Amino acid sequence: MEAGFEGEREGNMAVKVDSSNEVVMLGRGRVNKWSANKLFKYICAACCILVLVLMAGLIVELIANSTLSVRKLGLGFLISDEWDPVMGKFGALSSIYGTLVSTLIALIIAVPMSIVIALFLVELAPKGLSSFFGTSIELLAAIPSIIYGMWGLFVFGPFVADHVGPFLHRYLGFLPIFQGTPMPVGMLTAGVILALMVLPFTSSVMRDVLLMVPSVLKESAYGLGATTWEVTKDVSIRYGIRGIIGAVFLGLGRAIGETMAVTFVIGNEHKISASLFAPANSIASTLANEFTEADTPLYLSALVELGLILFLITAIFQVVAQTFLKYVARGSRP
Amino acid sequence: MKFKLRRVIAILIVVAAVLTVVGCGKQPVRLPSEQKGVVINGAGATFPYPIYAKWANEYKELTGVRINYQSIGSGGGVQQIKAGTVDFGASDAPLTAEELDQSGLLQFPMVMGGVVPVVNIKGIKPGDLRMSPEILASIYLGKITKWNDPAIRRENPNLSLPDKSITVVHRADGSGTTWIFTNYLDKISKEWHSKVGFGKAVDWPVGIGGKGNEGVSAYVQRVEGAIGYVEYAYALQNRMTHVKLKNKSGNYVEPSIASFQAAAAGADWENAPGYYVVLTDQPGKDSWPITGASYIIIHKKQKNAEKAKAMLEFFDWSYRHGGGMAKALNYVPMPKAVVDLVEERWKRDLKANGKAIWP
Repeated sequence: MEAGFEGEREGNMAVKVDSSNEVVMLGRGRVNKWSANKLFKYICAACCILVLVLMAGLIVELIANSTLSVRKLGLGFLISDEWDPVMGKFGALSSIYGTLVSTLIALIIAVPMSIVIALFLVELAPKGLSSFFGTSIELLAAIPSIIYGMWGLFVFGPFVADHVGPFLHRYLGFLPIFQGTPMPVGMLTAGVILALMVLPFTSSVMRDVLLMVPSVLKESAYGLGATTWEVTKDVSIRYGIRGIIGAVFLGLGRAIGETMAVTFVIGNEHKISASLFAPANSIASTLANEFTEADTPLYLSALVELGLILFLITAIFQVVAQTFLKYVARGSRP
Repeated sequence: MKFKLRRVIAILIVVAAVLTVVGCGKQPVRLPSEQKGVVINGAGATFPYPIYAKWANEYKELTGVRINYQSIGSGGGVQQIKAGTVDFGASDAPLTAEELDQSGLLQFPMVMGGVVPVVNIKGIKPGDLRMSPEILASIYLGKITKWNDPAIRRENPNLSLPDKSITVVHRADGSGTTWIFTNYLDKISKEWHSKVGFGKAVDWPVGIGGKGNEGVSAYVQRVEGAIGYVEYAYALQNRMTHVKLKNKSGNYVEPSIASFQAAAAGADWENAPGYYVVLTDQPGKDSWPITGASYIIIHKKQKNAEKAKAMLEFFDWSYRHGGGMAKALNYVPMPKAVVDLVEERWKRDLKANGKAIWP
């Protein structure tokens, strides 16, 4: 570091980017181009290693602190939905179930909507309107999650209980997921709030993806007499499918770990019920609720193990996403 | 495009170096408050936070001693005092005498409050609905599910109660409020005792969970036919519909500072090891049955006599001059007899380097 620093002070160096995008240094004086290059390389590497160290530290900590519960509760932790801190019985199933189902609801709502939004912005909307909507959507992404939670609790939840729930119950009540009394809080409300939170991310990424579709391709398709719908379906979406799937996984990542908003509206019950109107919980909401007052070592350890499970679920989704993207890439490009 | 990489790196290094120098230079510098006076750190229960903060603020104006209280939750408070990272811990649920002895701790009650069942039924005003302990337990066990259940009607012959299902609301986060409430249900219902028990978080037979008092009150106020439980101050500030509860002596009482004090008056603090006194379901014709105290926990062996003395002086001042502030925030000050007992205990049990600290 010191030597590099000395060198920097002595020399007066310029850098230019040549046509092949390689950085070429035009050194003067004592400085050779490698010292700065190496320094830059080491700084970059250090940043990367920091991420790895953080990851490793996190995993070690999670595993170390959950050993007590892993040893005492064993596999039963994963398959039981009983959560009784008084008796020292802990089961993660309801939290895992709630995490997955609320995320699924969010994606079912958010993904088609964001594709449509992105298509409208890129293909259909007039230019001024498009940039206005684009900015508005990005603004939505900047709203803190607790605001979504409060809004969900005070405004949207009651709306679900009074209007959305009864409507679904009336027309789709034959499905077990829409049975029971609609409540202001529960799996459905949590899923919809999550969808709203995911929407800005997925739709703005999808918009960028669709913007990158070369106009030559689209114009050729139009030239062959394709309609807007056909161009969208067969050219834009097919060309950008990797990016679109990437956006979906980005949304999934956001939904699966979302804490505050979900805690406010999911109802916080350690129970699994078929009805989406019923209160449920997620891993993140359980942690937010119970970590501060977990007063026995086993209780604390069980919560840490929940964190570990969330970590593993996220990791599994990442792996699936990567594999899937590779598969799609092979399939879609000639 | 001229990209002055070397200059950028040079600037970065200079900035880093300056930051390092500044950072190192900072260590010996003391914070102004430390120079002025003592700083006492405490952490724990959220329930008494408003009054502790108020006391701390007033006390700092008077003496310059700074009390830094972090309301991280009772569980965290107990852990931190055990680990010795704070000067005092605070908990809504008392530790048992064994647990105190294990870690060489002393606990004493600082302030009291009450937990109040609140309902949302059309046409029912605060204090209208009368409830016996059995009914409250049956509702929370999921055995009574309608507001016009014969058992509820029998208690309230003058009210017209709707044919509406009861939505049970409880705290989702672990809390001292839940500890006090479930401790009460545990005492008055055998079935609750065998099925659920009591704690800061329990396996609720029915209901939905709200985060914090605000979560519970939001659900209760939104859902018609809901019943929940919140701290007294919270029910009062939000003008929630509280119920009248039948106490141990068979009277229906309103929650009020007077009825909380009545519950505390009958308690036998003197003979309770480690002040493990739970004020739920106390005798006395005016006693509110769901009353609880919030505790301060400190180490019996103090390292720094001066600091410990300053801390005790703050507690003493709060006991003797903080009653009015407590009442203004709807807390119940400790009765004088209990304060004298506590300070007697300080005299006997608190030591620094083998010497008594108090008075």
